[in-house]
Amino acid sequence: MIWDVLSSSILYESAFRLAVLFVLAATGEWMAERAGTLNISLEGMIIAGAFGAAVGSSTFDSVWVGLGYAAVAGLVLAAVQANMSHRLTANQFVVGLTLNVLVVGLTAFLNAELKPVVQRAGVVEIPLLSKIPLVGTAFFGQSWPAYMVYLAVPLAWFLVFRTRWGLELRACGENPQSADVSGVHVNKRRRQAIYLCGIYAGLGGGFLTLAQVGTFEPQGVAGRGFIAIAAVIFGGWTLKGTIAGCFVFGTAQALGSVLQALGYRANPQLLTSLPYVLALATMLLFAHRTRPPAALARPFVRGLT
Amino acid sequence: MREIEELPLAVVDAAPVIPGGPPRRPVRDAVVTVATYVVSIAVALALCALLVAATGGSWEKVFSALIDGSLRSPGAWGLTLTTAAPLLIVAVGTIVATKAGLVNIGQEGQLLIGASCCAYVAVRIPGPGWFALLAALTAGLAGGALWAGLAAGMRFWRQVPEVISTLLLVFVAFQLVAYGLTKTWLLLDRTPRINKNNTGEPLPTDRTFGHLHLFGNDVSLSVVLALVLAVLIALWLSRSVGGFRLRMLGLNPRAAQRSGVSAVKVGGTALVASGAFAGLAGGVLLTSESAGDRVTTAFSGNYGWQGLLVALLARDRPLVAIPMALVFAALRTGSGFLAATGVERRIADVVQAMLVLALLIPPAIAAIRDRRRAVAAARAGAMATAPATAGAAA
Repeated sequence: MIWDVLSSSILYESAFRLAVLFVLAATGEWMAERAGTLNISLEGMIIAGAFGAAVGSSTFDSVWVGLGYAAVAGLVLAAVQANMSHRLTANQFVVGLTLNVLVVGLTAFLNAELKPVVQRAGVVEIPLLSKIPLVGTAFFGQSWPAYMVYLAVPLAWFLVFRTRWGLELRACGENPQSADVSGVHVNKRRRQAIYLCGIYAGLGGGFLTLAQVGTFEPQGVAGRGFIAIAAVIFGGWTLKGTIAGCFVFGTAQALGSVLQALGYRANPQLLTSLPYVLALATMLLFAHRTRPPAALARPFVRGLT
Repeated sequence: MREIEELPLAVVDAAPVIPGGPPRRPVRDAVVTVATYVVSIAVALALCALLVAATGGSWEKVFSALIDGSLRSPGAWGLTLTTAAPLLIVAVGTIVATKAGLVNIGQEGQLLIGASCCAYVAVRIPGPGWFALLAALTAGLAGGALWAGLAAGMRFWRQVPEVISTLLLVFVAFQLVAYGLTKTWLLLDRTPRINKNNTGEPLPTDRTFGHLHLFGNDVSLSVVLALVLAVLIALWLSRSVGGFRLRMLGLNPRAAQRSGVSAVKVGGTALVASGAFAGLAGGVLLTSESAGDRVTTAFSGNYGWQGLLVALLARDRPLVAIPMALVFAALRTGSGFLAATGVERRIADVVQAMLVLALLIPPAIAAIRDRRRAVAAARAGAMATAPATAGAAA
């Protein structure tokens, strides 16, 4: 049975498709956390992006516009989160949580009023590469918005590790007082990281609507944002580890449909809860071994000293 | 000494208290504070009205329907009060955890688990009604405590942030209860019927809260329980040694550790207690029958999330949570009347969240104002002393 599952290309295809949302959202979250924000509103950003994509693609009959709307919707939510937690210095968890509730209510309300009809993205097979046996279609035979990850992840790596801006960003997450003394505007960097996180998570939500599900349901995101946050913890706040975590959780989520497609019966509740349980279990195993950014979730307020 | 100094700094939410303090202007500050509250609430409500108007609804009708559903129609305010009870209990529990510096945001799951444990015991235990009710509520309490206890264990044994673990456990709780609802030996209705998909067993009527009949309204006695709990916790937090230790841990973990407050014991207890309250709220929700007399997969119906918002709105003061729970309960019962206006009932959720966001702003503005004043005062002080020290050095 295990061999059957592992040797079926459906598993890899489905796992990659489900991991795309995690990868985009978790990469965004990773940047925000490296700057020192534990951004709980990630879930809300994904929902906003998913809804934005539905509205955009429905009004303009274009997947491109849908993705644009998704990014903007995520960014709008990020702007509220960033300015309330890193300008007004309200508690970031309180803001994030309220935003999640707000977005669920708001998108459910607007969805019932606007009833968007989603334009689905087509599959684009990359020649040659998609012919690789077993994993070819998984990595290179998806609907085209999935290929965003090949741009988004290296971009995030470049921004954080190869630019001055990224160095300052990491300094804000490790030692905001020192960063402040060296002339870095700590809260501004943190806000910028959240903006980027919003764009990434919004695009992830857009992918969910446009390429994965094909409709928008307010409850459709169902805590995937929190799994993405768990992926960052799983990865020990490294980009490589985060991406690995995303694929682990994506595979766990794919397992249900794959088992069904191959004719196996398994407990549906167990399969649905598998990614969440796995996220909890991996945090239990790895969370104490890794070192979070030293100033994670600590607000920066410039004192008198 | 060494390891204590290496501990991380406390998580500071507001501006740090600056020695000397900013110059006080009490009357003007009070006026400004009230004004910022009024303006931000007005803006939040105006945005909601705008949203209704923009989607072709009439906000006057929405407002009137909300009032009808929550207060004016026959029996409405009794239902609102009964609805407020579980919200208040969840909120009080949340406040306990928040005061200890822990962020429990998994009340929805803790509540559902609590309600399920309560249902399991309530339909099985023999004995007189009052005894069965007490046992069932205790089971609910224990269920919620256990669910939060998982997060507490992960937090203090393996440093898993409770923010994430409590949240992820919500989704596990949903699946667990869904599983329980497929098995008769767990939660599924045991009476043989044709269509019994995924519903729990109805509660025997003697295992529910009694009602007070007041002016044509049925008010569940669970309201009394919720009020008593809120007052007791308010007193305990402000007047007892245990409450003091808990608040100390929340305000400054480093100082708390130096004076012998164990983060594991006090913090763990606070997190478990907040889960216990959420579980109890689930039991109360079930036995006061305001959300039906049996457990379903959607039984928790956002009571957990909304109770959490009540706590945030009350800014961690249990007594303030009482009116806030009433406001949220009114929006909940009122939203049942929205169907007649043709406006989607989820607008009530939007109003709730907008209110919370609006009430976050004034204290933040006040904190910034105080900080600016303190900086200005300190600069003025430095200017005054600088020539003197310069003279002394010369």
